[in-house]
Amino acid sequence: MDTFGLLAAGFAAALQWQNLIYAFIGVTLGTAVGVLPGIGPALTVALLLPVTYRLDPAGSLIMFAGIYYGGMYGGSTTSILLNTPGESASIVTALEGNKMARKGRGGPALATAAIGSFVAGLIATLAMAFVAPWLVRIAISFGPADYFALMVLAFVTVSAAFGDSALRGVTALFIGLGLGVIGIDLQTGQARLAFGIPDLLDGIEVTTLAVALFAIGETLVVAAARGSLDDEVVAVKGSVWMTLEDWKRSWPAWLRGTLIGFPIGAMPAGGAEIGTFFSYAAERRLTKHPEEFGNGAIEGVAGPEAANNASAAGTLMPLLTLGLPTTATAAIMLAGFQQFGLQPGPLLFTNNAPLVWALIASLLVANFMLLVLNLPLIGLWVRLLTVPKPWLYAGILLFATLGTLGANGAMSGNLFGIRFSFELMMLLGFGILGFVLRRFGYPIAPVVIGLILGPLSEQQLRRALAISQGDPLVLIQSPLAISLYVIAAAAVLIPLWFRLRGKGEVFSQLAADED
Amino acid sequence: MTTGSNPQRRPDGAAFVIALILAGIAVVIFWQTSIMRLPVHQARVGPQVFPYAIAAGLLLLAIGTAVSAWRGSFPARPPENYGPALWIVGGLLGQILLVSSLGFSLASGVLVACTARAFGKGPMWFTFLCGAVFAFIVWFIFARGLQLSLPAGPLERLIP
Repeated sequence: MDTFGLLAAGFAAALQWQNLIYAFIGVTLGTAVGVLPGIGPALTVALLLPVTYRLDPAGSLIMFAGIYYGGMYGGSTTSILLNTPGESASIVTALEGNKMARKGRGGPALATAAIGSFVAGLIATLAMAFVAPWLVRIAISFGPADYFALMVLAFVTVSAAFGDSALRGVTALFIGLGLGVIGIDLQTGQARLAFGIPDLLDGIEVTTLAVALFAIGETLVVAAARGSLDDEVVAVKGSVWMTLEDWKRSWPAWLRGTLIGFPIGAMPAGGAEIGTFFSYAAERRLTKHPEEFGNGAIEGVAGPEAANNASAAGTLMPLLTLGLPTTATAAIMLAGFQQFGLQPGPLLFTNNAPLVWALIASLLVANFMLLVLNLPLIGLWVRLLTVPKPWLYAGILLFATLGTLGANGAMSGNLFGIRFSFELMMLLGFGILGFVLRRFGYPIAPVVIGLILGPLSEQQLRRALAISQGDPLVLIQSPLAISLYVIAAAAVLIPLWFRLRGKGEVFSQLAADED
Repeated sequence: MTTGSNPQRRPDGAAFVIALILAGIAVVIFWQTSIMRLPVHQARVGPQVFPYAIAAGLLLLAIGTAVSAWRGSFPARPPENYGPALWIVGGLLGQILLVSSLGFSLASGVLVACTARAFGKGPMWFTFLCGAVFAFIVWFIFARGLQLSLPAGPLERLIP
């Protein structure tokens, strides 16, 4: 069947009422967590994994994707009205968006963000639908050595290429890789770094680590930084609708943002925030109203918002076709696939074609739902911003512990006769780790990606070397692997060159931070 | 952020501690991996290669971190205010140790009360009550509605 046929079949599945409900729950939750400061899509999907354990795989995955897309929409609301980005991909939106809101143009800013997200989501998801099968055809011929090279490239781009310090990025990655080694080695059945603790034999759960780093670590950081003034919510005044002038200035920015965001998301080049920075820079250069930049230029909201949604869609492409997560949210979605016994990669498209296409079609459906949820109902979401901090963070911690207990509630620890959940103790330990990492400026995403991608890359490496009977030259024998290593080297060296020439600010702005 | 223009950059003590911890982790990985007992028939690239590589990497990163700490090139940190963070850690510890005996709702009440206290909301008996009631509702939805196994205590057992 060609792509059109597969997509049509996907729509037939996506429009079944159960899947519509899953998508609706996903986008609603996603928008809510995008709006709420302190929680992002990565944390939400991680918390929902244990709950969806018994649910339908297709429905759950549709819900997770809805959360991912919804988070990208919701984040813009916080940026524009509060000047505190709900997630890292909305940092740039705050630059112009909050200025617009302060000038009483909050409505059009929210509208251009929502419509831009819709346009970008639509184009990028369709692009993914048509490019993915083509990529799958190539990926099916990849050998273990090629996969290993691909993973090395992903490691490099998520840890070293962007961010203000390659040292701290790589350190975060190696902490994740080290955690990934813990547990029974699948090929020889030997326990590694388990220290005789039975709970560690199964390895560290990605969800426990992610929930700890994002929920507990974040709460500790916010609590320790208290004393700063509370943020002020700018009320939405005047019309929500954009004027003809706004439309004229927005649509080229949306298209350019999409064009910039999609390849960056698709190319394993780090998180959605990177595209937003490039898009902002492009709009600033091309605008006919340079005097408005810094004072609320609508292009500065339209472009980056489109870029961030396009790259969210782009990120799903390496995840689905190669099994390669390049953001924290994608890493947790990979854990979600594994929970249902599915391994993303080229084989997913042949073995589980109905599921993949239902998921892709659902993304398009979710995009329509998000437009409806975000334009007329914007007032409802704004009210979420007024949840008092003590209750918000108490709730986040409550659900973090609930999710962890739900995933593994065994009371296997024992301290002076008191039985406790070892998994919860790990949650606390990793939470403190997250606090320390953030306090010292370490990025979080490479830890999560290292944990999930580390064991996969080790598997590919050992498979490659087993085929070659231990000859390491096999790793650099295919032209594809060589070019991937060259790109990886360039991704490290080019930013380094810029940094040495004193232009480091650009790249420190591109810190791959959260989602 | 004053990075780059700050003239008085001193060695960063806390960052040295991080370097030491990284080196310590590397040593533990080396040691634990070296005492693994390997089967006689063994693939050339066995289960030890990856841990050794990670330990070596961590050791290099520890050196890099120490250099970075010496130059004081870590980003500026906001002033320390550990009190509230300690309340949250205490609340989590309380919940972890109490949940098997008191059940999810009461233990989570302790967590909520301590977290609210960390953010300056009181009194604690009130926040404890709110937390316990909310946690009980959540427990009911997830344990009964979604069949999630959550620890039950005296309060939860009241519902048949």
